[in-house]
Amino acid sequence: MFKIVYKKALNPTVTVMDVYAPRVAKKAKPGQFIILRVDEEGERIPLTVAGYNREQGTVRIIFQTVGATTFLLSHKEEGDFIHDFVGPLGNASELDGLKNVLIVGGGVGCAIALPLAQELHKMGANVTSVIGFRNKDLVILEDEFKACSNSLTVMTDDGSYGNQGNVCMPINEMFSGGKTFDKVIAIGPLIMMKFVVNAVRPTGIPCEVSMNPVMIDGTGMCGGCRLTLVRNGERITKFACVDGPDFNGYEVDFDEAMQRSSMYREFENHSYGDACNLFKHEVK
Amino acid sequence: MANFNMSLKKNEMPMQDPVLRGKNFDEVALGYTKEQAYSEALRCLNCKNPVCVKGCPVNIDIPGFITEIKNGNLNGAYAIISKTSSLPAICGRVCPQETQCEQKCVRGIKGEPVAIGRLERYVADNASVEISTLPEKNGHKVAVVGSGPSGLTYAGDLIKLGYDVTVFEAFHLEGGVLTYGIPEFRLPKRIVKSEVEKLERLGVKFERNTVVGKTVLIKELFEDGYEAVFVGSGAGLPNFMNIPGEALKGVYSANEFLTRSNLMKAYKDGSATPIMKGGKVVVVGGGNVAMDAARTALRLGAEKVTIVYRRSMNELPARKEEVENAIEEGIEFNLLTNPVEIIGYVNPSDPRDTKNGFVKQIKCVKMELSDPDENGRRRPVVIKGSEFTMDANVVIMAIGTSPNPLIKQTTKGLEVNRWGGIIVNDNGKTSLDGVYAGGDAVTGASTVISAMGAGKIAAKATHEYIQSKN
Repeated sequence: MFKIVYKKALNPTVTVMDVYAPRVAKKAKPGQFIILRVDEEGERIPLTVAGYNREQGTVRIIFQTVGATTFLLSHKEEGDFIHDFVGPLGNASELDGLKNVLIVGGGVGCAIALPLAQELHKMGANVTSVIGFRNKDLVILEDEFKACSNSLTVMTDDGSYGNQGNVCMPINEMFSGGKTFDKVIAIGPLIMMKFVVNAVRPTGIPCEVSMNPVMIDGTGMCGGCRLTLVRNGERITKFACVDGPDFNGYEVDFDEAMQRSSMYREFENHSYGDACNLFKHEVK
Repeated sequence: MANFNMSLKKNEMPMQDPVLRGKNFDEVALGYTKEQAYSEALRCLNCKNPVCVKGCPVNIDIPGFITEIKNGNLNGAYAIISKTSSLPAICGRVCPQETQCEQKCVRGIKGEPVAIGRLERYVADNASVEISTLPEKNGHKVAVVGSGPSGLTYAGDLIKLGYDVTVFEAFHLEGGVLTYGIPEFRLPKRIVKSEVEKLERLGVKFERNTVVGKTVLIKELFEDGYEAVFVGSGAGLPNFMNIPGEALKGVYSANEFLTRSNLMKAYKDGSATPIMKGGKVVVVGGGNVAMDAARTALRLGAEKVTIVYRRSMNELPARKEEVENAIEEGIEFNLLTNPVEIIGYVNPSDPRDTKNGFVKQIKCVKMELSDPDENGRRRPVVIKGSEFTMDANVVIMAIGTSPNPLIKQTTKGLEVNRWGGIIVNDNGKTSLDGVYAGGDAVTGASTVISAMGAGKIAAKATHEYIQSKN
């Protein structure tokens, strides 16, 4: 059992939690993920490590309520326990030698992008950050990004905060203004990453994305997290849990990944509804 | 001593009705009654030179334990089996006896062999023995990676020699393939649980949610005072055929499909873990895992389940009893058949159609077996122009796995072969001192009993190694 030692809502659907898991905290690095089960009958879900405190033995997770499991998790409070919490899994992001990096975060993906920006900032790299959200109410981690970025642009789809538009708009402007980077790291919804990759492609700057597909074991056993890379015209199957979660964005077949990500949409809608109803009963 | 039973046939195993059992996850084989076990035991001739023992990967004294059944001494029979096997209730259920002990049985020359597996199961299920006297602790610590059959065997052998044993399990539940892979209807999870609890009572410690190679490294286990480490990390990445359409929604590896159902209990109503059920299911492969996946799909409510296998019935590698069970339950076998493409649903006029991207059909070719090559193997060859399609909603690939990659990725100096299997010598020792390995992590997908055999050999070698060091 793993104790929740800190919890805070970042916006109406995104929650941050620090979980006491000293062995995971000791090993975790930016870019890796953990798998948790909320309770004894729960499903296993992967969440990317959003931070860690090795001295206090805690691991930070930031998650958006998108289905039944994240809904249940969001109703756990400080002092409550998470049944299972295993990690760190996957490979850490490779940041060595980077001096000038563009970080692009979308929605809750910003939570995963932040530790990378912080690490790069600590290394002395020049960090340019672009973060995007649907609207003002959903903006998260702005101050944290400000603290570790040499330049920060906030975008909202509806213009209710920051600049109006998607994250590709300022990126295109930067490129047309002659800006260049050692690397672009994009983390967010699949559709966002796809378009960021397309925006970066003409520049030839290496562009890395973080894939977060459906997973069960997270240790290279079930194969559920497979995705396809296209390299020199050849299609190669990779497993996000052991080969990733970071991949060369130019090679990822995003359309296939998007299609696979909807495999259980109907089930999710049902069980989310059931979980919500359960809570309504409890409230009574 | 009673007379021998010279019947040419084994006593039949009582089974759940095929139609009923296709709709539930309860155990299919119900086990011998006392009378059935006794009369089957009388079929054993108690040979002077018991060849059956040579067919057993852990060399159980088979005539010895069967004699005790004849004497009505089940605890004695259990004690004999336990001398060499740690998990009799499991082996009695999942061993491929027809290619091991029973294949050698002299009664099989004319008629059927003695039902050794069924008798082993009978003993394990009905004896009531508990090892109560624990040996004195010898002060040495060993670590085990993975709580599958090889790890449990290794742990059991060393705890009985006085070692301090800790088993690290990546999942939230012990058992490895016994828990995530083999379904409830073939191996009830209460049996796995009881075997694990037995080891716990003997003092074996289990640490769940710990991925060795990630959460802790092998090097760190030695720093923590463990003097030897056994790697029984099991099967790894599932193989796919690399044909078009394997990324469609509704295509599973057998590992994923079975893990969802068995470990994550997706077969139970109200489970938090989703699984695609119902419709037409095609399982590709002919091993035990393929049978398990097919029979699980049937029980989840499939209207039709078809096994597609590229060779013929004679070459099916699955345990014979499970093939027979599958046929009885109505699983169809499309043999000498090989898939070439999985076809998905596409609605050209509506890209938002929710059916888009789901499996619709599978395209296959018919195969024939070549003349035997110099090794006597008959290769499956495509028959030209034999292409055909079958409707399918779910396709499950059960064509093997490669060993788990995590340990080799993070353990310097650990040598693996070109398939990723850890290289060991005859004693289960790896290229690193104090590190032993066995089971699927070494061999790739194999059987429970061979993994147990490997755990046994490595336990003996570990004991000798630690003794020689001190």
